Amino acid sequence: MTLALSTPVVRRQVARTLTYLSLVLASAVVLLPLLAVLLTSLKTERQMADDSGALTLPDNLLNFENYVTAFQDGEMLAAFGNTAFILFFAITGTVLIGSMAAYAIDRFTFRFRKLVVALFLIATLVPGVTTQVATFQIVDSFGMFDTLWAPIALYMGTDIVSIYIFLQFVRSIPISLDESARLDGANAFTIYRKIVLPLLKPAVATVVIVKGITVYNDFYIPFLYMPSDDRGVISTSLFRFKGPFGAHWETISAGAVLVILPTLIVFLALQRFIYNGFTRGATK
Amino acid sequence: MPQTTEKVARPPVVAPPSPRTRAPRRVRLWGKATPWLFLAAPLALLIVFTYAPVANMLAYSFTDWDGVSPELDYTGADNYVEIFTRPELFRVFFVSAYYLAASAVQIAAALYFATILSFNIRFRNFFKGVLFFPYLINGVAIGFAFLYFFQDGGTLDSVLALFGYESDHAWLSTSTSANISLAGVSVWRYMGLNFVLFLGAIQSIPGELYEAAELDGANRWHQFRHIIAPGIRPVLSLSVILSISGSLSVFEIPYIMTGGATGTETFVIQTVDLAFRFNKTGLASAAAVVLLLIILAVTWVQRRLVPDDKVDLT
Repeated sequence: MTLALSTPVVRRQVARTLTYLSLVLASAVVLLPLLAVLLTSLKTERQMADDSGALTLPDNLLNFENYVTAFQDGEMLAAFGNTAFILFFAITGTVLIGSMAAYAIDRFTFRFRKLVVALFLIATLVPGVTTQVATFQIVDSFGMFDTLWAPIALYMGTDIVSIYIFLQFVRSIPISLDESARLDGANAFTIYRKIVLPLLKPAVATVVIVKGITVYNDFYIPFLYMPSDDRGVISTSLFRFKGPFGAHWETISAGAVLVILPTLIVFLALQRFIYNGFTRGATK
Repeated sequence: MPQTTEKVARPPVVAPPSPRTRAPRRVRLWGKATPWLFLAAPLALLIVFTYAPVANMLAYSFTDWDGVSPELDYTGADNYVEIFTRPELFRVFFVSAYYLAASAVQIAAALYFATILSFNIRFRNFFKGVLFFPYLINGVAIGFAFLYFFQDGGTLDSVLALFGYESDHAWLSTSTSANISLAGVSVWRYMGLNFVLFLGAIQSIPGELYEAAELDGANRWHQFRHIIAPGIRPVLSLSVILSISGSLSVFEIPYIMTGGATGTETFVIQTVDLAFRFNKTGLASAAAVVLLLIILAVTWVQRRLVPDDKVDLT
């Protein structure tokens, strides 16, 4: 082939090739660090010692010993249990709180309504990271320090984004439904429970997914509020691998893979919802 | 850049199902107390966990309280003076510069990938998934993966060896190289979110525009310049804001990877250490107030520069 760069066909070919090349390169940059962790987690201690480099294949691809070590000695079972407990209550609470607030703001006229809306709006500007110094004292005064309820309360109480997501959806539920139910003698709570909440299913799904992933991954709050060993969630338990397993990269890697795996499964199963959820959450 | 949970009101990129009729709304149906019954719990939580801490933090910042003892003295603006005059306290702001620079790289990369993946590309979903997935991974797992990546003879050295570059370099051992490495991890982690936001915005641009442009003989670059860029301006300005506030509130990755050693301490690591390790609640509160004010100022500037049609809540 002669390099006749002037012909549009060839130029397009070159552009296409470069485009794909950049995508393949970016994928390699994303996947390499993860691949190295996966390979390392399958290696034996002896193989780690012979210094063969991070990207060599393990001798035995089915060597799950490190996973057993990580799971048992790293107390991952308790960590998954604590995380599940927090997830359940924090998500349920967020869904109820968010949908109630959205329902009240959208369906009622009352005094100070504008003020209430403004309070929620301004709160979005305050990053939680900055206020923990003082939040800590409040959580402590409730006696919640070092209990699983501290993160649950904080996840529930500082999630303005979910309220916005619900607000968008509540608006799309025709008010005529409320009115006809009202004529049938339903009160405000019945309408919320029987009409609004069921129709909010897509919003609930969005909030559950976004909130679930955020809570599962959070490190800052459990780290600050639950220092005890038996109050570990997956983030803090994995973080504690740093001490006892100091240089045992094969065990640390296995722990990391155990933590990443559920996220990967959820992502592959719910891809479309996840993209939409995060887009909506960030840009509401 | 680290994504804070801070959000800015915007018209949604993914339009919610449109209301069928916006007929007479909010007819007076109920008694006066009803809405407050629904709002009681949300408002209580909002006040207890957002507004009370901010108020307390302001109050603490003018004292020398240690967070524990019953006694405290009012010290006026001493804490604030200390933050801006003690060089070792002020130094953390320079670390943010690395993350700010990384933000620019991150947004440019996200923009590039969102643009090419909005056109017809084979394996589009695969690439989209791969680029976005890091954003969903647990921060501690990322921290460990990259500790391994940057260590002597770790992943990075192995890759370089493949290309014949034998390095024996502890990437996290000097301040500059460590900060660049950590900022790089930030790009790796958060680029996907920017990318997906941009992609959503690009895909909501009507397709006819491209067709018309093609007919007029516009090439890809023209299409980007005149159709895509204006279409994603709101999302772009949102990303810039989140990046700036994110760069100032970096905590997780450097804390997990280096613990703030070798000059990688960020503003938030310092604040957390001041408050919870050295019991200087007063000083830490002042630092947090400074950070909060900077973030509010940045948001305000952005609102003034890019007037947006705010989500109409009322």
